[in-house]
Amino acid sequence: MEFRIDRSSGLPAYLQLVRQVREALRLGWLGPGDRLPTVRDVVARSGVNANTVLKAYRELELSGLVEARQGSGTFIKAGLGSTDPEVMAALRARLAEWVREAREAGLDIEDIDALVRSVLAADEDGNQITAGDGVAVL
Amino acid sequence: MITAVEPVDRTAIAVRAQALGKRYRNKWALRECTFDLPAGRVAALVGANGAGKTTLMTVLAGLLDADEGSAGATGRVAFVSQEKPVYRHFSAADMLRLGAHLNVVWDEARARRWLARFEIPLDKACGKLSGGQQAQVAFALAIGSRPSVLMLDEPLANLDPLARREVTAELLSEVDETGMTVLLSTHVVAELAGVADYLLLLAHGRLLAGGDLDELLGRHVSYTGPRSDVPPALGDVVEARHTGNQSTFLVELPEGQPRPVVAGQWTERPLTLEDYVLAQLEATRKGARA
Repeated sequence: MEFRIDRSSGLPAYLQLVRQVREALRLGWLGPGDRLPTVRDVVARSGVNANTVLKAYRELELSGLVEARQGSGTFIKAGLGSTDPEVMAALRARLAEWVREAREAGLDIEDIDALVRSVLAADEDGNQITAGDGVAVL
Repeated sequence: MITAVEPVDRTAIAVRAQALGKRYRNKWALRECTFDLPAGRVAALVGANGAGKTTLMTVLAGLLDADEGSAGATGRVAFVSQEKPVYRHFSAADMLRLGAHLNVVWDEARARRWLARFEIPLDKACGKLSGGQQAQVAFALAIGSRPSVLMLDEPLANLDPLARREVTAELLSEVDETGMTVLLSTHVVAELAGVADYLLLLAHGRLLAGGDLDELLGRHVSYTGPRSDVPPALGDVVEARHTGNQSTFLVELPEGQPRPVVAGQWTERPLTLEDYVLAQLEATRKGARA
């Protein structure tokens, strides 16, 4: 996989890498058993500092997504989206229904986006005590 | 070499400055400059023109004597000045021979690899090379000397955007392979994310901020909300802007405390390095922090 840094983002570079691995997992580009590129490869290809890559890999390891195997590299341990496919489908259907309602009420995409964000933010504030430091991915 | 997720030794100090001061006649170019740069870091030295960046590097490299305080670097130091000096009548191959003679430690293969990577002709006189190519010869010489600490004054100036990206990637690969520490001054702050992991911010010859980049940025937040005289969270206000019925605050949060939760009409946004540097420099210009 190829990493890229969005330099106009306020998200720390290492968290951008963490997020890209999670995204690749979510989209199925990476799965359990796959090896992440070596730090050296990421440095050479993406022009990212080795300390930044190490920090990202460490963060992924702490969250249990990858494991470092002595001498052979860093491997994906677990997949994301372990939620039951049926539950996912049901949630999606209800969300689609909700979006239709919002549309009928005259909301455009930006309105909907703002509304979803504010609800997520309120939910996050409520959960802040349980959420660990540095795992909140914006 | 293999990739292992293991902590990098952050305990060793590569460059140390203590109450460092340098004066040109009656004018202090650098004053009370104190910091420890841990080994293996890539530090960006940032500041306005005339802030003292070149003076600081020159003193740290041992090419200028300090007027007060002390400076030191562990191991071998290589310094490439802004002018990227090469001898006009020497070819790149001649420059490498010179490097082999002048340096105690010399890695010919490493220097040649750098030149090959950037397709620099070895037999052409440096005076006939472009400015960018001359810079590559100067970099190759510095890399070939296998420094523990590499100091580069405006290494990216005069390079086109593609070359900037390639030089950066190559440099970071060298850091990864050799474990050297890099201190580079630059104006191209927007390109530093993911490249530098340490920041030294100079203004008017004084060190305004220094430390781990992620930590520094993590302690700062930008809040936007309804017009107000005070920000929605406690902390030092670095910058406050008011327009019509809206206020924006850049706040430095108190150290060692959980991130405050702001609710209601306030929105918060993490800072980019550029936001941070510009706000800090703006604040010193206004004399708000003097």
